[in-house]
Amino acid sequence: MDTFQIEHLSVTYSDGTESLRDINLAVQANQVTVLFGPAGGGKSTLLRSLNRLNDLDLGVKVSGRVIFHDQDVLAATTDVIALRRKVGIVFARPTPLPLTIYQNISYGLELTGEKRKQQLDQAVEAALRQADLWEEVSDRLNDPANSLSGGQQQRLCIARVLALQPEVILLDEPTSALDPISTAKIESSLKQLKQDYTIILAPHNTQQAARAADFAAFFLQGELIEYGPGKEIFTHPKDKRTLEYIEGRYG
Amino acid sequence: MNLAKPRKLVVGTKANLRSERLGFAALTLVTLLTVAPIVLIVGYILVKGLPAISWEFLTGFPKNGMRSGGILPAIIGTLYLTLGTAVFSIPLGVAAAIYIAEYAPDNRWTRLIRIAIINLAGIPSVVYGLFGFGLFVIFLRFGTSILAASLTLAIMTLPVIISTAEEALRAVPSSFRVVSVSLGGTRWQTVWRVVLPQAVPGILTGVILGLERAAGETAPILFTGAAFFLPRLPNSPFDATMALPYHIFVISTQVPGMPLQIQYGTVLVLLAFVLGMNLIASVIRSRARARRQW
Ligand SMILES: Nc1ncnc2c1ncn2[C@@H]1O[C@H](COP(=O)(O)OP(=O)(O)OP(=O)(O)O)[C@@H](O)[C@H]1O
Ligand SMILES: [Mg+2]
Repeated sequence: MDTFQIEHLSVTYSDGTESLRDINLAVQANQVTVLFGPAGGGKSTLLRSLNRLNDLDLGVKVSGRVIFHDQDVLAATTDVIALRRKVGIVFARPTPLPLTIYQNISYGLELTGEKRKQQLDQAVEAALRQADLWEEVSDRLNDPANSLSGGQQQRLCIARVLALQPEVILLDEPTSALDPISTAKIESSLKQLKQDYTIILAPHNTQQAARAADFAAFFLQGELIEYGPGKEIFTHPKDKRTLEYIEGRYG
Repeated sequence: MNLAKPRKLVVGTKANLRSERLGFAALTLVTLLTVAPIVLIVGYILVKGLPAISWEFLTGFPKNGMRSGGILPAIIGTLYLTLGTAVFSIPLGVAAAIYIAEYAPDNRWTRLIRIAIINLAGIPSVVYGLFGFGLFVIFLRFGTSILAASLTLAIMTLPVIISTAEEALRAVPSSFRVVSVSLGGTRWQTVWRVVLPQAVPGILTGVILGLERAAGETAPILFTGAAFFLPRLPNSPFDATMALPYHIFVISTQVPGMPLQIQYGTVLVLLAFVLGMNLIASVIRSRARARRQW
């Protein structure tokens, strides 16, 4: 089943950079879809289009359609707040809010107006368990979130998104600032999470792309070059440019 | 290539070192020269004014044509004026700063408004006084009153508060805003829950510096709310009031045979008031810096 049906998506920034050109892509539910390719290919731009985070940059021109639950995400009438609760995002650098560990997780729920302590407590614990962080922080929930290690902070950011019970989780190079052990932890969490969520990942390198991908999309300078099951893309890519990129990276 | 003996780290030649020492000495001297007058003034006033300070001086009414007794009405007056200024200038200034920093589009109008605010800060205080007299005392018929004087001081203080608050808001990393919005936050929720709390110490510092200036000003209250002498405390915002800076002017120039001690004592009280506020601002700033998470 498709979650996102992306049709003819083009994105141009206010300075005239055409970051995405006529992208067509169907994202499968409960799979890890990997967007990979060299820097500046438009991976982040695509991720930020899916939950309308691009709206924050003034003067971005977006055309085409992104169908999510039979509705065009890009339409002016879209309830972007509700959309962002369903489509969460984790950024490259761990970005805990300047609050406690607990408050970081409960933040999104409190924005919805949830005030009941018990509900919040339960949601915080569940989210931290899902992100495999509960054991490490359960006795220090009221410490500042930035007292955690980088890897823990990034799992906190994942938990923060999970607390809203989204359908889709976007991850933009979530391990680029982390050490190999933290990276391995997050990658194994992703394998767990895809049972319940649709995951779209801009990986931090080609190895990670190959490890994580159920489906893979290769982006080069704003164009989608090739899209298909990860196994095929990383073993017999159809396009020469994909092959060159993969081989180049494998050395 | 043979491995040379480990050499000493060369910091500079002898000439370099000497000129560096010279420069350092010159800077120290200049610093001392700037600090010296402040230390001298404060010290001098302390020495001359301290003998005047007594319980009666701080809590009593002026007697004998102000030549003896206390200065309570002036102290209370300055307190009222400072509070009155705060009541008007803080909400208005912070709201304006939030609008400019978080909501206003970056266009010609916004830039014009920002330049106007910066320039307002440079207007001489006597001009604010005349403006307040025209608008609040005469046109709005508040009379010579605490209300008119507070409003005048508030207008004078606004530019400082707006600029520092705007700066404090802009200093909050934009990644916090992006995260909050990505979790389904509206712009207002983001400002209210994340940005503003982080900016509070910076805003408070600006507020206190602004209020401190308001507390020490004479010209803006001269026409709008200051009384030469009042034998009682003001009991409504529409009363005129005595105030420390104006009282100092009065007892220094308008009252023949004024004991010097009382003059210095009054100056000392005003100085303590203003420096005390400054101290509070510094404490807030250093505490916030220690606790800051970014
Ligand atoms: N806010 C912006 N304003 C202007 N141009 C931008 C902006 N963000 C990205 N771009 C441009 O859009 C293009 C695509 O950028 P994007 O960040 O989507 O690439 P990416 O594939 O995520 O790259 P990376 O691997 O470096 O993260 C680049 O040419 C980039 O310079
Ligand atoms: Mg990117």
